[in-house]
Amino acid sequence: MEKGFFHHALTIREDICTGCSLCMRVCPTGALRIRDGKARLTEDRCVDCGECFRSCPVNAIIIEQDDFSRIFDYKHRVALVPAVLHGQFRHEVSMAEISTVLRSLGFTWVYEVEHGAEVLKPAIEDLMKVRTLPRPLISTYCPAVVRLIQVRFPALIRNLATLRAPLEMAAFYCRKVLRDRGAHNAEIGVFYVTPCAAKIAAVKSPVGEESTPITGVINMDFIYNKINRTLRNKGELARGEEHPYTVDPDTLVWSLTNGEASCVNGRTLAIDGINNVTEFLEQLENDEITGVDYLELRACDEGCAGGVLLSSNRFLVAERLRTKALTLKPVKITPGTEEIPGIEAYSDYLMNKVRITAEIRPRSMYRLSDDRDEAMKMMKRSRRLMCWLPGTDCGLCGAPSCQSLAEDIVRHKADISQCVFIRESNMDKELMDKERSSEIMRRIWGDNNFTKNCNKKGAENESN
Amino acid sequence: MAMSFEYKVEGGDFTHAGYASSQVKKMLKQLGVDSTVIKRVVVCLYEAEVNIVAHAYSGTISVNLDTDTINMKLADKGPGIADIEQAMQKGFSTASPEVREMGFGAGMGLPNISANADRFVITSEPGTGTTLEISINLNSAAV
Repeated sequence: MEKGFFHHALTIREDICTGCSLCMRVCPTGALRIRDGKARLTEDRCVDCGECFRSCPVNAIIIEQDDFSRIFDYKHRVALVPAVLHGQFRHEVSMAEISTVLRSLGFTWVYEVEHGAEVLKPAIEDLMKVRTLPRPLISTYCPAVVRLIQVRFPALIRNLATLRAPLEMAAFYCRKVLRDRGAHNAEIGVFYVTPCAAKIAAVKSPVGEESTPITGVINMDFIYNKINRTLRNKGELARGEEHPYTVDPDTLVWSLTNGEASCVNGRTLAIDGINNVTEFLEQLENDEITGVDYLELRACDEGCAGGVLLSSNRFLVAERLRTKALTLKPVKITPGTEEIPGIEAYSDYLMNKVRITAEIRPRSMYRLSDDRDEAMKMMKRSRRLMCWLPGTDCGLCGAPSCQSLAEDIVRHKADISQCVFIRESNMDKELMDKERSSEIMRRIWGDNNFTKNCNKKGAENESN
Repeated sequence: MAMSFEYKVEGGDFTHAGYASSQVKKMLKQLGVDSTVIKRVVVCLYEAEVNIVAHAYSGTISVNLDTDTINMKLADKGPGIADIEQAMQKGFSTASPEVREMGFGAGMGLPNISANADRFVITSEPGTGTTLEISINLNSAAV
């Protein structure tokens, strides 16, 4: 299998990883194994959903971001801010205040990502009118979902609504506005404040390999900390002018569960949580589900409010944002009087860019071999191995399930003696000695897990 | 080289309908079969499986898989089909209102299988049961 097909934003820091295997147990695509006491990632299976990051008790999984000082390489520095950032602060903290803090960090323009959804609304409607497209159309908003479909449900690729995300539309708009006012493309840096790893991966290697208008990413937790510090230290904040281009209340909640689906006509469904999404896609692929027109699928619970880079409780974020949307008074601006024309003024320009034209290719993770005969042999062997493996999915072999160990063995990536049950019976039959068995165990779990360590979580001298 | 599997189907148990389709689907993915072909296999198998659940008392799905072809035989013990030609018409269904309520029994099952299979043979003995034999070539993407 091709290596590095996907760019991954998640990295495991070996110096910190204790090989506890929590991440291996939650990974929805079975992309993690334990070797030498460390978690190892099989890159072509990873969809960047971030579940491993969420589960890691020692913060050994990090999400790459661009060096913040990079923004100063550009004369025009745009921060694209998703609404969930605002949802993390008390209601009294206005969006304008947050913009002011971001500008004080060095950005010259702070723009809400959700404006881009204004372009998506008619674009989705247009796509829904195309009778030749399969139903349901599946939103491509969440990059982890798109990747999940590529690796696990390739038959559903044709259902993907080939539209770019609001983020990209907002970025195209900002670039266009600045260019129309005399800036050169090379002088414009568009930075996205990301709520998750999947968005980073999508920016770095876009679906269908399209070119991206986004220069770099800044992780939302970094920005959250900066804003919180400023708000707490300054006592009173230099109140910024209220941003005149207020986001439409409907689109402000686009990233929350049912935010997008509720804007689409027809029978729509909104599903959040990667395991719920997987279960639904499994049934959809079997043709068990019919009569649905549009699917909004999000890898995180509560949509982007549950993004792995958010610092606040997802339910509070969602609630605050919904309340904000209800109380938001759209500012009416007389056309022609505004300093910068709003995104609607560029709708023709943006509608030309909204479609993903490059092909979204399948990357099946199941395929055992490119040679059908060989694959058949491997499948038979794996089923034979399953007769011997206990089916307890204890994970002591360093794989998440007996089934995955069997498949690793036929792929020559593991050995049957990694199974503790097999070793025990071999020792009973005197086919293996104790030393050998213990050596195998240490090869999987590393020596550290066999020595006393009072600093580990929950132990006497717990420290991080 | 070939592999064979057998799955039991319980009449009336809609909760577990679709198990055989999911298992077969996973195996075809492991073999690297084209997704449009997998889709056709799964449509046939799922429709046929639901037919047994909806109409018969019990049934057996036998799958025979080699590198080029999948042969599926679905034999049920049930009321059988009196007029096969009529049953093959789009929209014809003897499904009960309860079954239709659940979203099954639209009368598309058999015609759908026929449209997706490369070879489809249906035999039935009223009062005894129905047997479906479905074959799909794993190498061609065209219907």
